[in-house]
Amino acid sequence: MAYFLQQLINGLALGSIYGLIAIGYTMVYGIIGMINFAHGDIFMVSSFIALIAFLALMSAGVTFIPLALVLVLIIAMVLTAVWGWTVERVAYRPLRESFRLAPLITAIGMSIVLQNFIQVAQGARVKPLPPVVTGGYQITEQNGFVVNLSNIQILVVVTTFVLMGVFWLIITRTALGRAQRACEQDRLMAALCGVNVDRTISLTFVLGAALAAVAGLLYLLYYGVIDFFIGFVAGIKAFTAAVLGGIGSLPGAMLGGLVIGLIETFWSAYAPHGPEYKDVAAFSMLALVLIFFPTGLLGRPEVEKV
Amino acid sequence: MREPGKAPTHRLRSAIADAIIAALIAFLLFCLTLGVRTVDSVQGLKLLPRPLLLAIVVGIVFVGRLALSLFWWNRSWTLPKSVWWPLRWRLPKFPLPKLAREGAAGHLGALSLVIAAALFPIVTYALDRTFHLGLPLRYYFDLSILVLTYVMLGWGLNIVVGLAGLLDLGYVAFYAVGAYTFALLATTFGWSFWMCLPFAGLLAALWGIMLGFPVLRLRGDYLAIVTLAFGEIVRMVLLNWTNLTNGPNGISNIPKPTFFGLPFGRTAAGGGETFSSFFGLRYDPIHAVIFLYYVIFALALVTNLVTLRLRRLPIGRAWEAMREDEIACRSLGINTTITKLTAFGTGALFGGFAGSFFATRQGFISPESFTFMESATILAIVVLGGMGSQLGVALSAIVMVGGFEALRHTSGLKVIFGSDFDPSLYRMLLFGLAMVAIMVWRPRGIIGSRAPSITLGKRRAIKGDLVKEGRA
Repeated sequence: MAYFLQQLINGLALGSIYGLIAIGYTMVYGIIGMINFAHGDIFMVSSFIALIAFLALMSAGVTFIPLALVLVLIIAMVLTAVWGWTVERVAYRPLRESFRLAPLITAIGMSIVLQNFIQVAQGARVKPLPPVVTGGYQITEQNGFVVNLSNIQILVVVTTFVLMGVFWLIITRTALGRAQRACEQDRLMAALCGVNVDRTISLTFVLGAALAAVAGLLYLLYYGVIDFFIGFVAGIKAFTAAVLGGIGSLPGAMLGGLVIGLIETFWSAYAPHGPEYKDVAAFSMLALVLIFFPTGLLGRPEVEKV
Repeated sequence: MREPGKAPTHRLRSAIADAIIAALIAFLLFCLTLGVRTVDSVQGLKLLPRPLLLAIVVGIVFVGRLALSLFWWNRSWTLPKSVWWPLRWRLPKFPLPKLAREGAAGHLGALSLVIAAALFPIVTYALDRTFHLGLPLRYYFDLSILVLTYVMLGWGLNIVVGLAGLLDLGYVAFYAVGAYTFALLATTFGWSFWMCLPFAGLLAALWGIMLGFPVLRLRGDYLAIVTLAFGEIVRMVLLNWTNLTNGPNGISNIPKPTFFGLPFGRTAAGGGETFSSFFGLRYDPIHAVIFLYYVIFALALVTNLVTLRLRRLPIGRAWEAMREDEIACRSLGINTTITKLTAFGTGALFGGFAGSFFATRQGFISPESFTFMESATILAIVVLGGMGSQLGVALSAIVMVGGFEALRHTSGLKVIFGSDFDPSLYRMLLFGLAMVAIMVWRPRGIIGSRAPSITLGKRRAIKGDLVKEGRA
């Protein structure tokens, strides 16, 4: 039981990070119907930005950790948002009226570009960061197995849910959110009603990238080690989460993220050869969900019109 | 910004403002990612600022954007008549104008390419040995073998992506299945390359069909992601199933192919005849490399010929029809299940052949060689060459793989960028940029053509607007 509880905590923390990335996929898919394959790599870039910003602040003398983390969060969100905007502007906007697979191919191209850019600019070696947020609480103890809830896990889950709340307010209560939902339903009609479609789509990418930056910072703090390749696997898992939750649905993305995080953690903990095959489990989930359950938990069925 | 006819001073001012914004964005993009480098040190990571590099990059963006908006986007000039007028009249007088008009120039170019490839090793070898030139033959041939392997992989993937229009991001899985099939059969049962080759191909094709089954109902982008997942699953199983595949350590001592049973070593294992002793030649290790060259050359040619012939069969036409419009295709009574599965199977078959060749050439394989980046490279070759074009795929493989390998040994670049400059580091970066650029400017690839293989009456390329609205 204690072991189960510990895995549950770990799974929720991991799932929160996946959920934050998944929102970027689900929003973009909802509004322009494309898989932003480079989103996982935007997340990777953001974790590098966060790492460098954190080191720079430390050497600049900002040693009060909470202040430093807030500053890093802001820097990472802003700079990653610029990356998200640029990727959309350069690689996706010119292809909006092109054939269906064209944006996916450029997205793969962009993903390769981002990975290799970071590899060339920062080196291929893994980048370690000593634990920044330490400490935690002992919840229970059973037969010598201590269940820990660390501060970083609390930070991850709380940050995620606070941001989700803020985000939910943006989507449901502001003009931007209304414009987004309008573009989702019918882009031409929205344009005729005076919605600036290009701007709305750009802002969607900006918001998605900013949330990915939060995920990047949390990932860096949680695992303490990053490299240029983390975006690939994390991106695919987050995409799985978005599909599982119902692509296009924001609460679905969060729910899907939590489910994928839990599945991965429990698979590692209980399945034979679990840790080796945990990615296989996640990728199989992706295939199974897409094949048998493509509308997801909270999604609407997609009707193909001729 | 882009309207001509504004007053020149106003245009200059707005162009400068535009360039400043672009430079600012570039600064925000690169200030931390490129402007600072993290380096390992004893006390953990240290930061190494690189302001000069950052300034150069931002400066390039500024100047480039300014030049573009001043001289290109708002250009009111055209090439003077004296420049293009003579060219216009010279072009039709190019040799064989009639052939060129009917698209036979491509055939002629392809044929000369094939002949050149066929003669290349023999001629260079003969020249080198006759005149004692001391050329780095081994390097030339290894590089050509590498290029031909990618040509073959590109042609194999072209069946799936270019002809059938199914974006397959896990092609490397079949390459891996072929390589591991051969390696395991050869090291466990001692079978020779030629015995294993059909098995490897068939097994890969079987896997192609097996993986094709579940994804039949999926459309374009979902299908792409699922194939990507399959490719990664295959790699991770190879990595973790240590009893069978020896895990990350891979399989070594994979035998080389023989020439009708004649090995290429200095001496044969059982004291029998070797290639050189049988033909009365002096032993030369380069013979084995030349032989490998011809093996992959033949395999690639077979891939090409089969594709060209299949395109004219009903199944090939069904592939092309499905690529253009799947729903129309189904309503015309084409069985899309069979069509998709054969495309996956045929593509995988050639992937498997290429895989066994890769295993025998390297003599060692490990899951390292079958990552997603490999799939992406092959896909980039197909996309850049123009999906569906055989010649385009071959040319882009030559440029992308051979070109970069050749660059690595160019001393001029080392002088400019310093002695530790390694262009192959930038290869994937440029691949990615080229993929984006090609899709934005020439979505059909450099030599892309989507003319149907068989037509009723006049042959006509499929119109651009049809491609745009197509649900490819």
